[in-house]
Amino acid sequence: MPTETMDVPKTGFSFDLCRRNDMLTKKGLKSPSYLKTGTTIVGLIFENGVILGADTRATEGPIVADKNCEKIHYMAPNIYCCGAGTAADTEAVTDNISSQLKLHRYHTGRESRVVTALTLLKSHLFRYQGHVSAALVLGGVDVTGPHLHTIYPHGSTDTLPFATMGSGSLAAMAIFESEYREGLTRDEGVNLVTKAICSGIFNDLGSGSNVDVCVIEKGKKEYLRNHLTPNPRTYISERGYTFSKKAEVLLTKITPLKELVDVVEVGGDAMEE
Amino acid sequence: MPKEQANWSPYDNNGGTCVAIAGADYCVIAADTRMSTGYSILTRDYSKICKLADKSIMASSGFQADVKALQKVLASRHSIYQHQHNKQMSCPAMAQLLSNTLYYKRFFPYYAFNVLGGLDSEGKGCVFTYDAVGSYERVGYSAQGSGATLITPFLDNQLKSPSPLLLPAKDAVTPLSESEAIDLVKTCFASATERDIYTGDKVEIVILNGDGIRHEYEELRKD
Repeated sequence: MPTETMDVPKTGFSFDLCRRNDMLTKKGLKSPSYLKTGTTIVGLIFENGVILGADTRATEGPIVADKNCEKIHYMAPNIYCCGAGTAADTEAVTDNISSQLKLHRYHTGRESRVVTALTLLKSHLFRYQGHVSAALVLGGVDVTGPHLHTIYPHGSTDTLPFATMGSGSLAAMAIFESEYREGLTRDEGVNLVTKAICSGIFNDLGSGSNVDVCVIEKGKKEYLRNHLTPNPRTYISERGYTFSKKAEVLLTKITPLKELVDVVEVGGDAMEE
Repeated sequence: MPKEQANWSPYDNNGGTCVAIAGADYCVIAADTRMSTGYSILTRDYSKICKLADKSIMASSGFQADVKALQKVLASRHSIYQHQHNKQMSCPAMAQLLSNTLYYKRFFPYYAFNVLGGLDSEGKGCVFTYDAVGSYERVGYSAQGSGATLITPFLDNQLKSPSPLLLPAKDAVTPLSESEAIDLVKTCFASATERDIYTGDKVEIVILNGDGIRHEYEELRKD
């Protein structure tokens, strides 16, 4: 055993630079901003499964950073998760838990359960006391039936028949509260989710662009990427544009690398999901 | 006892973008019609454009309550001017009046970002661009408001105007025809709407030329 008293944790975040950063902030340094997905994400339980929905706008303050991002993340073959909050956090936390779930499946030889994903996610978020800003809608169908949960950045969770999250959650919930009922058919469910997301897209400035939907049923799932695209570009000039020439290309030389090196193709398995 | 601090601001930002382009014998003034606060849309059909005189049109973004107050002050000043001089104020005169009116409130400013467009006494297109406290300049084109950072470099690239420092002084008007300028404005707004959350719904375009005033509208994204 090393006799050093300094105890460096092997995993997790490093907080070494916190003191330095505090000092720099006090001296007037502006810390860099994060990519927030001011978002509308929803989920509902229908007669034989769960439907998740999301818009596709990612913002950085008032600027749209990504017009068509994916907010419905893969957790397990039978479980998906919508993420709102800091894009890096929602992506990292879902990837991380997804990986843990896969190892757990190899270990147990059984299909993942939604509660397992829920517990892993909330433990992770609680440990970081809300600093991992991920607000999630988790849905899936397992051996015990369909499940839908919301998870807040501090780690608290809800179990609900229909749920909304993100800056557009109020707009979307208005639709759900007025039109949701038990035992919706698949098509009714998809339409209601689409309508709720559209409500977020049009009434919340943090949400926009397209509607993504994911339908999970027992033993089958359907990821409907860009299920609806209600916001095409409105005007394209017929004249086109001219740009004044700034730099002249004096020389173009192309050297094909394949002639200089031997390329050996190695066979390998395609990555699964 | 901790220091008391203001937990309320007299200002809001209602977003929006304004663009004006001056040509040899016309002026195009445009603004989107979305009014918002925070992440909410207050209305999708609010005109940010105000006719101050026959040949002076102002488009303003920022805080619309201040904009309204500013418009009222300018309207009353222009009505006094008409009584005293029995004529409409010229656009360059209105430009100076707007600057004075803004600077009058130097230490409690109107939170308004204006572009003033019109025709000067020779019938040439003119655009004046302002900051919130009255600094102004006559230019060939200008963008103000939430989408200005996106539109200005595009206009610079397409319309690059001569430096105001050049001697002899060159005209600040753009070489485009009227229809080309309108086309460019529509492109500007369609593009700004793609990337600025506070710009959208509709663009109102006012065209001022020798024949008078004309309005055009173009739908924008509503998300």
